[in-house]
Amino acid sequence: MARGLWTFAILVSMNPARKRTVRLVVALSAAVLLASALIYTSFSAASPALSPTQLLRQAQPGRSYQLTGTVVDGSVRHEPNGIDFSVADRAGGKTIPLSYTGTVPDPFREGREVIVTVQKQGGRYVGERNSLITKCPSKYKTAPSGEKQNY
Amino acid sequence: MADLGRICLLLALVVCAYGIFAAIYGVRKGRPEYSASARRSVYALAIILTTAMAVLEIAFLRNDFAFNTVADTSSRTTPTFYRAAAVWSSQEGSLLLWAWLLSLWSSLALFLVRKRMRDVAAYATAVLLGFAGFFVSLMIFYATPFATTSPAPAEGVGLDPLLRFPTMMIHPPMLYSGYTLCTIPLAFGVGALLARRVDADWIRAIRRFAFAAWLFLGIGILLGARWSYSELGWGGYWGWDAVENASLMPWLTGTAFLHSLMIQEKRGMLKVWNVSLVLATGTLAIMGTFLVRSGVLNSIHAFGGATLGVPFVVLIGVLIAGSIYLVVSRRELLRSEHRLDSLLSRESAFLANNLVLVALCFVIFWGTYFPLISEALTGTEASVGPPWFDRYTVPLALILVLLSGIGPVIAWRRATLANARRNFFAPVAFALVTLVALLLSGVTQSAFALAMFCCAAFVLGSVGQEFFRGTRARGAIAGEPAPVALIALVRRNRRRYGGYIVHIGIAVLFVGVAASSSFQHAVEDRLSPGGSARVGAYTVRYVRPTASITPKNDSAHTGSTLNLGAVLDVSKHGRHVATLRPSEGFYDSGEPAQGTVGHLIGGQAVSHISMSAGLTRDVWTAIAPDISTPTLQRIVTIGNKTLAPEDGLVAIGVLAREYLRDPPAAQFHLIVSPLVMWIWIGGLIVFGGGLIAIWPAPSAVRRRVAMRARSRATRGLARA
Repeated sequence: MARGLWTFAILVSMNPARKRTVRLVVALSAAVLLASALIYTSFSAASPALSPTQLLRQAQPGRSYQLTGTVVDGSVRHEPNGIDFSVADRAGGKTIPLSYTGTVPDPFREGREVIVTVQKQGGRYVGERNSLITKCPSKYKTAPSGEKQNY
Repeated sequence: MADLGRICLLLALVVCAYGIFAAIYGVRKGRPEYSASARRSVYALAIILTTAMAVLEIAFLRNDFAFNTVADTSSRTTPTFYRAAAVWSSQEGSLLLWAWLLSLWSSLALFLVRKRMRDVAAYATAVLLGFAGFFVSLMIFYATPFATTSPAPAEGVGLDPLLRFPTMMIHPPMLYSGYTLCTIPLAFGVGALLARRVDADWIRAIRRFAFAAWLFLGIGILLGARWSYSELGWGGYWGWDAVENASLMPWLTGTAFLHSLMIQEKRGMLKVWNVSLVLATGTLAIMGTFLVRSGVLNSIHAFGGATLGVPFVVLIGVLIAGSIYLVVSRRELLRSEHRLDSLLSRESAFLANNLVLVALCFVIFWGTYFPLISEALTGTEASVGPPWFDRYTVPLALILVLLSGIGPVIAWRRATLANARRNFFAPVAFALVTLVALLLSGVTQSAFALAMFCCAAFVLGSVGQEFFRGTRARGAIAGEPAPVALIALVRRNRRRYGGYIVHIGIAVLFVGVAASSSFQHAVEDRLSPGGSARVGAYTVRYVRPTASITPKNDSAHTGSTLNLGAVLDVSKHGRHVATLRPSEGFYDSGEPAQGTVGHLIGGQAVSHISMSAGLTRDVWTAIAPDISTPTLQRIVTIGNKTLAPEDGLVAIGVLAREYLRDPPAAQFHLIVSPLVMWIWIGGLIVFGGGLIAIWPAPSAVRRRVAMRARSRATRGLARA
């Protein structure tokens, strides 16, 4: 008796319109679930962009950070496995020495702005392999300031 | 000359304003002569901007350093070929290129529909002129390519050495053609919604432009990847950089649109979806243009210190809000004429492909803009790296390739078990045979690569089967031999078989991506002459150093002052494979503060990689010579103190000879990547297939006439 009722209820509820609604709800829920997973992992996998001063204040061993700053003059040393250099705050102040392995972009040099993913290991900072990005020097200048223009 | 350029820009703005007014007035008041005049103002705009472009190009070729943009991005030592390409290396020059290409493509599109869809075309004219007006205003008020300085400097800064690469000549025009072509479907979509004519007519009118946008954007992206692989000195072709992503996003939604429009044409379904995809593609193309110029995201390609953020944000805001308003207010018109009959049908395979493409686009969008999102939500700027992108894009790419094999062979409306068996037996068998063959030959290290190879085999099987069946059927009916039948088959159904060829190309391309990313060997090593390093199965030996001086003798023809490199001997199991000559170019920085000798090599240093490319593998090498040794630096220091500016090169010559006499150890980057070549081959196949699909068939005109007659007849019937 109960089974008969169930079958009846299911068959009645499965008219085409209802079926489409169910399908839509299932599809939307799947999309929402996937999007939530995506959003959740993006927050947990992201590495915050920090200046040397901020990094010194809040670095936890084992976590990745994006260190941004300028390469300190005279700090670049070539080692057998890569390079060592120091990164300073744009405004001056604190510097962080680090060792880095992997590709060094062509524009990399002392005084340039760089972004490198680093981890604190023991008391040292180690750059993640191939994570070094050099910000383009301003070869692409915007139009120079007023007095130079005749326009 | 600069005055002529400025006048052109002002004139262009006036023409845009007039055209927008005429188009809207004409269509609102039912005065077609005004709409026609608006269309002609687009042609006029094309002529004006062509003149402006010519003025700037001539200034670059004549080294007219009175133009600020010429002085900033070119110089006498920049080779002529790169001087011609330097026009679009600056912010303002690339804006002009954008506007110019937009005016050309708009003229073509509007010329082709001049006798049809008058009201839709009129609105589209207004939208396209709106975009053109926006870019022209930017050039007038924010970054003008025709700003001058007097007296003119004697020498310019020179083109950034990183951009001195042959594809620089075609990569930006291709990419920008893709971007500007994306706005044409958008303009017609907006026109169709405003005119309330959302049948398949407007889709048919812009189909070819959507395809061209897709093709150009794809070529542009691929050329960019090629540049990155051969010039940037890191040996990769894709790095999930913000600007790369920005160009990929409209390409993905464009791909989705090219598939779903077929469903609207055939079954009258997915109208809301299609018009949304068109609007999204156009908006993403504008956002891509914006990303490069705003400096909001860190990217190696960004125009540093750019200031065009605010106008672009306003434009994008207007586009998004306008799109949503139009789609929502016209939702009644956009009702589907049919319902999905079955989940096992070509319609649903296309729908799945659309969902995957849009999901991919969403993933990339989220990852690209994540720094902005996280800063807005948490207060700290954070970014996700390539591993995050890979986690989502790899499985989606697998599904996508699989679907590109299913789509061509699954039945429309409803697939039955019988026709599924008939259509899928051969491709699945081919994929399984491939799997067994790969497992037996020991390719087991990467599940992703294995899965991708099998999916690609499945695509080749299913598309190959379509070609085989079509050819056999035609051969039987027309009594033609197989090759003739094959050519006739493709000629008769260009769009269909061109599309299939594109699918083959994509599968081949992904085989290259999977193999090169999974089975790559890379080594960073410091070597002195005579030393050697092992990469995979290859041994690379540093034979001797090389050096050349002065831009005239630069072997790579990119205008470097000093070029230091190495002769490398590549061997495998003791057998000689290739001799490679990577080098690094040192360029004039133009900064007197570095000294009379120092400035000659004080600019950017750029790798000239050298590789032995083959069908099975590329051996890729780059060198970073060390010129900071005390001996070499001493030469520069003494030269700075003692030499007059015109004698600076003498010291560079001495430095080069000293480098050859006692070469310090140099840093080498060595990569062995299997099957990279197939990425470029796959790209060429896609390009070929795309050309076949896009080429107007000789009978197209006849068919269009017949179709119009038929639709008129049905309309007549419906009325009766």
